[in-house]
Amino acid sequence: MEVLGVGIALLTMFVGFGLLIGILFGFFGMGGSFLVTPALIVMGYPTRVAVGSGLAFVFGTSIIGALRHRSLGQVDYTLAALMTVSVTAGIEVGKRGVFALESLGLADTVVSIAYIGLLGAVGAFILVDSRRKSNEESSDTADDQVGLFSRIRVPPMIDLTGGPSISVWVIFAVGLVVGVLAGFLGVGGGFLLMPAMMYGFGVPAAVAVGTDILQITISGGVGSLLYAQSGGVDLSIVVPLLAGSALGARIGAAATKLVDEDAITGYFAVMLLLGAVAVGVRQAGNYLGIEMLQVVSLVIIVGAALFVSGAVVTLSLRELRAVRTSTPQSNTD
Amino acid sequence: MFGIETLGSTLQSVVLVGLVLVEALALYVGYGTLEEAVGERFVTAFTGE
Repeated sequence: MEVLGVGIALLTMFVGFGLLIGILFGFFGMGGSFLVTPALIVMGYPTRVAVGSGLAFVFGTSIIGALRHRSLGQVDYTLAALMTVSVTAGIEVGKRGVFALESLGLADTVVSIAYIGLLGAVGAFILVDSRRKSNEESSDTADDQVGLFSRIRVPPMIDLTGGPSISVWVIFAVGLVVGVLAGFLGVGGGFLLMPAMMYGFGVPAAVAVGTDILQITISGGVGSLLYAQSGGVDLSIVVPLLAGSALGARIGAAATKLVDEDAITGYFAVMLLLGAVAVGVRQAGNYLGIEMLQVVSLVIIVGAALFVSGAVVTLSLRELRAVRTSTPQSNTD
Repeated sequence: MFGIETLGSTLQSVVLVGLVLVEALALYVGYGTLEEAVGERFVTAFTGE
């Protein structure tokens, strides 16, 4: 039996995989194309279809995630708009850098090394920081919300959700740098935007995730439209994946209200570090001509996604149980 | 699929992305209704109360 031209077994697998990715996406504001595209390539889909369908899936999932975060009051629209403009401009500059490297025959090597280095460095920094914060039992939460760029007071200044006041010029500059890196690496930039907003601007983790997802909705929509024009979007992939991720994104977004902020950043860091390992293994496979390493890379990514999403759900249920025990009549989201 | 193959490539791509948007919104509303209806019972079962 087939639905949408796809067998029931494959359809069920897509829905389950979507659920898993949805939880991570709703919780971290990243992980969509990062997980889906390599999985589809390993399953034998052409790269164009894998990338295009991955983008369309990210677009759909991010709409649901953004709506959910909006209902939880975790989206800063001004910041999302400013970041979208600056990141888009930056992506164009980054792409030109890749084309220049391509003409020198160095693009693949340089981009791969930069990707692994950046994922690893950002992941290690966030992991160390979240460990430090959880060890400081008497840490001052007000101090934790002061962003790295809060001291730059070049007008006009805007007040962001969660309290911080940041110069518009600083937001543009950070968005531009993130955009250049995203365009250079060929990624959406979610894993760069979330820490940039948290550490750079001092925005709370949940708001950084919500705002990041709204920005991804816009870029994902434009990207999937471009790929759809060349036949790169396959609805038989996108529809079942989205059916699962729509539920997962609700669970992930609700979990950001329950799970401790340090735990969010800690798990985010683990995802990035395992992502760096997976990309490293895949590149080693390409370099050495060992196809098996592509599968190993995918197993690391899917295994990490399973582990982290499982941990998110378990921690959320534990928190929910604790909240209900202390206030039995409270209505938790 | 969905009878959109006969459309021009630009219109077809807009319809494709539009279908993804419609599906996302329908799922958001659908799962939201489901959550309202059975969410509490589901959470109670999972938290073991």
